[in-house]
Amino acid sequence: MANSTTDAAPAAAPAADTVIDVRDVHYEIGGRPIFTGVSLTARRGRITAIMGPSGTGKTTLLRLITAQVSATRGQVLAFGTDVATLSTKAVYALRQRMGMLFQNGALLTDINVFENVAFPVREHTDLPEPLIRKLVLTKLQAVGLRGAADLMPAELSGGMARRVALARAIVMDPEVLIYDEPFVGLDPISLGVIQRLIKQMNQALGITSIVVSHDVQELSNIADDSYLLSGGVVAAAGAPAQLRTSDSPAVRQFMTGSPDGPVAFHYPAPDFLTQLLADD
Amino acid sequence: MTNAGFLSAGVRRLGATALFFGRLLAQCVPALARPRLIVAQVYNTGARSLIIIMLSGLFVGMVLGLQGFQLLQRFGSEDFLGSAAALGLLKELGPVVTALLFAGRAGTALTSEIGLMRATDQLTAMEMMAVDPLRYVAAPRFLGGIIAMPLLAAIFGVIGLFGAQLIGVQLMGVDTGVFWSQTQSAVGLRDVTEGVVKSLVFGTACSLVAVYEGYNAEPTAEGVGLATTRTVVASSVLTLLLDYVLTAAFL
Repeated sequence: MANSTTDAAPAAAPAADTVIDVRDVHYEIGGRPIFTGVSLTARRGRITAIMGPSGTGKTTLLRLITAQVSATRGQVLAFGTDVATLSTKAVYALRQRMGMLFQNGALLTDINVFENVAFPVREHTDLPEPLIRKLVLTKLQAVGLRGAADLMPAELSGGMARRVALARAIVMDPEVLIYDEPFVGLDPISLGVIQRLIKQMNQALGITSIVVSHDVQELSNIADDSYLLSGGVVAAAGAPAQLRTSDSPAVRQFMTGSPDGPVAFHYPAPDFLTQLLADD
Repeated sequence: MTNAGFLSAGVRRLGATALFFGRLLAQCVPALARPRLIVAQVYNTGARSLIIIMLSGLFVGMVLGLQGFQLLQRFGSEDFLGSAAALGLLKELGPVVTALLFAGRAGTALTSEIGLMRATDQLTAMEMMAVDPLRYVAAPRFLGGIIAMPLLAAIFGVIGLFGAQLIGVQLMGVDTGVFWSQTQSAVGLRDVTEGVVKSLVFGTACSLVAVYEGYNAEPTAEGVGLATTRTVVASSVLTLLLDYVLTAAFL
């Protein structure tokens, strides 16, 4: 697929404010290629959206950026260093500068909301208890759940769990915040809340944000830059408004949500009539 | 699966377990710095298994008293009931039955708990927070199991001996003084050591299997179920196999 539309994002000479730089990454799982040359950048203090139909490896891309897996070819640079070359210790140091919000929150189920948010602080610092308490309550206040501090994760709704996870992700004041499908399965109110929080975290704390999602509408409202993944490459890049007016059929299909197009309605199969008749 | 395929899969699993064991041991040292997590796991695996261990111990002891009495009576040596029951419980039944019950009660709970943590991204979330789940989740559970097993085996032995006494002395009429003095003179420090060493080894094996299976479970409902089954099977077989090896070594 043509990579021409990505020319706007300079891959060769990244701007000074580039935080995450993915360069020509190839990746395959069990011999099946997922990425065949993906390049994108996330710039400091901006919200970068990574969109694409299900199964295009959006979550895999996050795993590459956070050094959970390494690329078969190409580089992923975080804060200017190639994550594939880092030792386990250095990877952990890198991850302390990043926060990640999982699709289902991934809260630790055996401790309450307060302890969940306090967890990274207790693990990585020796702060006195009163200070931890103030810190945790501040972060919970930011997501509007200070009153839920004593609840167990099982008692939270989906949207609340995601907000607690957000409080936990920002408790160590990360420079980059990564959201994996933050809008999936939320009612309109929770969805609006999460959307506002992402924008707030970005503006108030100046956190560089990377949002992976297939919810075009929600993302368009908050993203500064967006990339559309399709067929293992970046099919389109630019501001959300630019993508909507793109004339590439793949981009059009995704942005307008038409059931048939370059991504076919039918999963590859032998001819329908032939198969039906053959079964007799 | 062919025989060769089955064998190579078995060897691969053994190797993976050994590697995991090494990584786990390396994380046990930093995990010791957080005794609270370990104590919580001793409670979780040990204290919560107390009822089943005590009940089973009582009945095993009672059966031992009944069968032992019938057998020894044939040779007119029912006075030796105390020493027979004590040695049997201390050296064999205590550690082995405790380990089998532990695998069923605590091992399965550990496996499904860790497996579900894997399935719900909790372990990945920890990794993303720069916390090694091996240190925070696996090591305390492993150490907790090792600590709990000898304690449970000791309790099993004591209750079992009480059960044997109950049947032998109270029901069958063996003299109380003879029963206890025979017990006291027959059991040496070496027998106690054998029991403790066995239960320590079984505790290590059963906890390792439970933690390994949970940690490496497929993150699906079916995967966690299969891992739990594998924990019981592997722990039980491993316990009986190790029991033979240790018994032979102590002779």
